[in-house]
Amino acid sequence: MTAKKQTAAAGEATFEDAMRRLEEIVERLEHGEVPLEQAMQLYEEGLAVSRVCAEKLKKAELVLKRLTKDAEGNFALTDEEE
Amino acid sequence: MAVTQQQFTVSEITRRIKQVLEGGFASVVVEGELSNLKRHSSGHMYFTLKDEGAQLPAVLWCSRVASLRFAPEDGMKVLCGGRITVYEPRGNYQIDVQSMRPMGLGELQAAFDRLKEKLTAEGLFDQGRKKPLPPFPVRIGIVTSPTGAVIQDMRNVIARRFPGVELILNPVRVQGSGAAEEIAIAVDDFNRYGRVDVLIVARGGGSLEDLWAFNEEGVARAIARSVIPVVSAVGHETDFTIADFAADLRAPTPSAAAELVVPDRREVLENVLNSWYRVRDAVRDIVRTQKNRVHNLLNSYAFNRPIDLLRQQSQRVDELERALVRNAGHGFALTAARHEAVAGRLASLDPGLALRRGYAIVRREGVIVSSRAVLRANDEAEIEFRDGSVRSTIR
Repeated sequence: MTAKKQTAAAGEATFEDAMRRLEEIVERLEHGEVPLEQAMQLYEEGLAVSRVCAEKLKKAELVLKRLTKDAEGNFALTDEEE
Repeated sequence: MAVTQQQFTVSEITRRIKQVLEGGFASVVVEGELSNLKRHSSGHMYFTLKDEGAQLPAVLWCSRVASLRFAPEDGMKVLCGGRITVYEPRGNYQIDVQSMRPMGLGELQAAFDRLKEKLTAEGLFDQGRKKPLPPFPVRIGIVTSPTGAVIQDMRNVIARRFPGVELILNPVRVQGSGAAEEIAIAVDDFNRYGRVDVLIVARGGGSLEDLWAFNEEGVARAIARSVIPVVSAVGHETDFTIADFAADLRAPTPSAAAELVVPDRREVLENVLNSWYRVRDAVRDIVRTQKNRVHNLLNSYAFNRPIDLLRQQSQRVDELERALVRNAGHGFALTAARHEAVAGRLASLDPGLALRRGYAIVRREGVIVSSRAVLRANDEAEIEFRDGSVRSTIR
């Protein structure tokens, strides 16, 4: 779990977070007495989150790197040649 | 004329021999048969390695005896890794054995069973220890050989299914002397490095001997102590290794491991779309219900609130509904519909799905009723099922 925290901390919201939020929004809207104003807010957010998810799925060039370790035990990533 | 020959004392010549032998055979692997095996009270083990033509005295220090995965016996064929040392007081040489493993299928199988039993008893393979894999890994660590088909196969599968990830290779030897140590260190290093979400430890198919590194205790322990979830993928479907039992998930092949760690992008996109349509439909229903309520109130002779307030609310609902229709038209739905392979599926994502799952929709005068509060006795309601509608009267 340490690894995951660090990954999440490194960048913006992860795809996993976005997917989870989208599921929460669906859940709220389908199972709950949601007032109209809040429903509209959730609608806007659901639209935005869906777009983020779809964009993240569309982008994407696979990256292959190599983990290297120097004499002091420090790690670095190098590009992996074809 | 006499050739001048160098003259030594016994100590000097022995020291020279020691230098030559120890320098020249600092790391060797020797195959031979165990004989004359003796366990000393100090814990050290002394034996002779022999074949048809020669013999070689050998010593295994007690610290290493403890790490053996099998019980050596006279007559067993073994493979010993170590270095040649010279014992000067007696003028003899021997092999200082650093690792020993049995040769031959029978011995290998016995070693496998023994280690499996031992680690099972320790609880290393307990289901309770297994960690779930992350649903959407961002960075995937791979421990395998940098050359050969395995890394390329896995790369191709992941590029096809879910290309938006980073693969990080920690290259190791996957067979032969020292391979097990490299694999264990690579797994530990990924944990020290930390920034990967899941690990794949992989090797292509081969003989039992080829796969042996994955049956070594050190590899099993490194996998078991990994805080990052580990998928093992060694050999073919029928090959089971100790590493497989220690891993959080066993994949039958390296390509299968690649399929298991990432979802199919098209399926995920379909889920996203499906969720979005559910959001849209739910909000549409909420808006319609609200509108319905306001209109009911307006038409009701019983209301006694200021009429302007209600008209404002009614107007607000109308505005929101228009906004909704506009958004649905120009927004995400169209963008997504253009996306590869999805267009054909849109039809299957409509609310009709809910009907097919067994839900029904209640309407009064064509408007969806989602609350019992709006219904009054003797109201006529229409109930829509998957296969059509019936009319009913509320009691």
